[in-house]
Parts: sequence; structure tokens; C-alpha cells
Amino acid sequence: MERPLIRDIRCYWRSLRCFWGTSLAAELEYPLNAAIEFVSVLGNLAGSLFVLQLLFAGGPSLGGWSWSGALVVLGLYTLLDGFTTCVLQPNLSRIVSHVQTGTLDYVLLKPIDSQFWLSARTVSPWGLPAIAAGLGLIGWALAQGGPEAAAGLRSPGAVLLPLALLLAALVILYSLWFVLAALSIWFVKVWNATEVLRYTLVAGRYPVSAYPPALRLLFTFVLPVAFLTTVPAEALLGRGSALWAIGSLLVAALCLAGSRLLWRFAQRSYTSASS
Amino acid sequence: MSWAWRVARALLGSQYALMLEYRAEIALWALSGVLPLIMLGVWSGSGAGAAAGLSPQQLSHYFLAAFVVRQFTVVWLIHVFEEDALQGRLSPFLLQPLAPLWRYLAAHLSEQATRVPFVLLMLGVVGLAAPGVLWWPSPGELVLGLLAILAAFLLRFLLQILVTTLCFWSERAAALDRLLLIPYLFLSGLVAPLDTFPPAVRRLALATPFPWMVDFPARLLAGEPVNVALGFGAIAAWCLLLWPIAHVLWRAGLRRYSAMGA
Repeated sequence: MERPLIRDIRCYWRSLRCFWGTSLAAELEYPLNAAIEFVSVLGNLAGSLFVLQLLFAGGPSLGGWSWSGALVVLGLYTLLDGFTTCVLQPNLSRIVSHVQTGTLDYVLLKPIDSQFWLSARTVSPWGLPAIAAGLGLIGWALAQGGPEAAAGLRSPGAVLLPLALLLAALVILYSLWFVLAALSIWFVKVWNATEVLRYTLVAGRYPVSAYPPALRLLFTFVLPVAFLTTVPAEALLGRGSALWAIGSLLVAALCLAGSRLLWRFAQRSYTSASS
Repeated sequence: MSWAWRVARALLGSQYALMLEYRAEIALWALSGVLPLIMLGVWSGSGAGAAAGLSPQQLSHYFLAAFVVRQFTVVWLIHVFEEDALQGRLSPFLLQPLAPLWRYLAAHLSEQATRVPFVLLMLGVVGLAAPGVLWWPSPGELVLGLLAILAAFLLRFLLQILVTTLCFWSERAAALDRLLLIPYLFLSGLVAPLDTFPPAVRRLALATPFPWMVDFPARLLAGEPVNVALGFGAIAAWCLLLWPIAHVLWRAGLRRYSAMGA
């Protein structure tokens, strides 16, 4: 019997509130983590700014991007990194241990969508400093770049485009993480497969046009880093093109559908830990 | 002596077999070390290298060497140890007539041996993508470079032991490793050659242990002029400084350890 959609949404919303409430309470047991996270965000930001400054020592632009444009890209990267720490990392890195110890059985038996449970079971507040720092950096860079730098934000309608592209970036990032974590169904001990993503996505710290052509192709079509930071940054700076915007939304839809399909397929291959 | 040899062989052999069992994971770990290659991409696209007096060839040699150095100096002790201490798996290790840290050291060395084919494969791909970028260091440079990599690995391992001992006091000591990773990332020369740093920052970096972990071995392998004696001397001095601290902390921690789950 098909249940009405509204009831489904309400049920999932209630579960989500319950999940996040309990995990927040658990995380706040470790107040020292807040301090560590804060220092870590500041340190990483200072280091990234330092390296960016070194890269700009050779000329006034990096791959055709001005200093404030590159700062917007870095801000978006920091923002996405915070999102990763908040939602993706605490949830998806756990799939691996569920597979290894066999507790995935219990997850699959729950009367709730297993992908939803695995992706939204916990939330960690320790990504919030990075999100705040990212937003701050973007705002500062846009203000510093003068009136033409924030051309993407002149009319309320134009604000929607960067927001939509940022949402697409979040969806792409989520799908990449989920797919990699789901691979553990086959490889079992991809203990930190998700860490690999974290280290390769560092490429998103710099505008994609700063790379040699071969890497540019790789970061657009194979590992869609370009859609994570460069495309939303272009929209924010008022340089967004329709082609890239449509491409970005399309890639996001494809990635999400892909992660869904892969999860369905993975469940069929899952044989539990003890069997 | 023969006892030590037998133990070392048994440990390394069993750990190597264990690592081979999970080849997919090692391949992913090897892949996660691509940062120097990404940075090579950015640096070769910007004029900053030339502004610091580095030719494109010097840049590519440096970052490829840094890539190799990074691959063979990865230390993940704290993450494994934290789990072992939390779940009480450390207790049986403590009963054995062998300090548990030797077991972890053997695991690291075996993991490096498992990495070799993957690293060669990745270098091969780089060589195919950009022909002429690979080079072969002279035998002297190669031997010194490999020795420097080993020394750098030991220094990093020792530094992480310091943080790892905090696992005895805190349940989430691994989070502290993230703090240690920041100066390592930005001051070691992993993301930018030390030659491009402003002089003051460069002096500051050289006063920390971090440049000796990447910059020194990488420059040796890349055939850059480098003061070999000073490099090895600095690593030895840092090891001598860290060793007693690690020893004291480890003893104090063991006294505190109460075998969680027991």
C-alpha cells in the first residue's frame, strides 16, 4: 500500500530532528573538540592564504583570475569543507565500519530508507567554524573587489543563480562521498576511502583554469572539481555562463541519480559480514 | 641479536601479508597522496616559480620528488592506536614481551613496501601524460635520498608518538593530529617549495622539524644543491630531542591505562 507523500515527509523530518538532536548532544560531550576545530580552521585558512599569496607573486592573475576572484574560490572551498565536516564525514565514513562489523544488517532492516539513514544519521557541529569562515571570506573578497566584483548579486533574481549552483555543488559533493563509501560493500576494508576524496578535492582550492589543460579536463569530466568551486564562484562574480550553469545542474542530477542506482545495486551484492 | 632478527622477520612478514590482503585500501591510500602533483599543476601554470628563480624543470622535479617522499613518510599510527586503546585491544599487546610500538612500526614499514607498485604505477601514468618529466637521479643522490626518506619517516613517526600518547588521557586524541597536520602541510614544502617563501617565513620554517620531513629529502632526490650533513644532523637532533619526551609520556600514559572494556 502506498503511503501519502506528506506523511512520508513528516516521518522523515521527525526522524531527522531526532537523529540530529541526539548526535549534537553526544558531540557536545567533547568541548575540547570545538577549540581544536576552531584553531584548525584558522590555521588552514592562514596557510591557504599564504600559499595563494606565493602563487600570486609571479603576476597579478592566476589562470586569468584576480586576487579577489581567487579568494572567492578559496572561500567556497572552505564552505564546502565545513559542510563535509558537518554532515558527510561523520555519516559516510561510518558505512565502512557498518559493512566490516555486519551492523549494516540492522540498518537495512529499519523501516526507513537506508540511504537516508546512512547519510543523515548524525551531524557534527565542528564544521560550523569552517562554514562561517568560508562565508566571511567570500563576503570580504566580494566587498574588496569593488562594485563590479559582486556583479552577480545586483538583482534578487541574480542571487538565485549562485545559490542554485552552490546547491548543485553540495549535491555533487554528497554523491561523490556516498559512492566512494558505498564501494566498501565490495572492497570491505576501504577504511578511509573517503579520505582520498578529501585530499583530491583540495584541487578545488584554486580556480580550475589555473591548471594545465589535461588536468582541467580531468577536473571537469572525471572528478567534477570544477563544478564544486569554480562554477559557483564565476556566478558570484557575475561571469556565469548559461552553458556552465546548465552543465552544473545536469552533473548534480546525474551524480545524485548515480549514487541512488549504485546503492540499489550494492544492496543486491551485500552478503553480510558473517556469511 | 638473533632473537631481535627473528622477531623483526616475523612481525614484518605477518604485517606484510596483512597489508597485501587489503590491496584496494593501499591503492586508495597511495592515491590520496596526489597533493604534490596537484600543486605541481598549479605552480607550473602560474609565473610564481619563475619569479622565485625556479625553472619549470626544477619545479616538476621538486614536486615529483616531494610526491615520492610523501608516499613513503605517511604515518597513521594515531588513528589505529586510538581505536586499539579504546577497544582494549592494546591489553594483549602489553602482555607480550615486546613493546607494542614495534608492532606499529612494522605495520608502517610493511605498508610502505606494499605501496611501491602503486607509486611506480602512478609515476608511470605521470610519465605517459607528460613525457620527459621523469628523470633518474644519480646513484649517490638516490641512496642519500632513500636514506633521507627513511630518516624523515622515523622523525615523523616519533613526532606522532608524542601526540599518540595523549590517547591515554583523551578519547579523541586523533583530533589533535589534525592540528599537527597544518604546519606539516604548509611549512614542510609539500605545497610550495621553500625557495619561494619570503626570507622571514623561510627562517621560521627551518626552525621547525617540518621542512626536514619533505623539503630536504625531496631536494636531495631532485638533484638540487643541498647541505647533506646539515639535513641529516637536523633530523638526528630533532629525534634526540623528541625521544626522551616520548619515552616519559609513554611511561606515564601506560601507568594511566586502565584497559577500557576490561
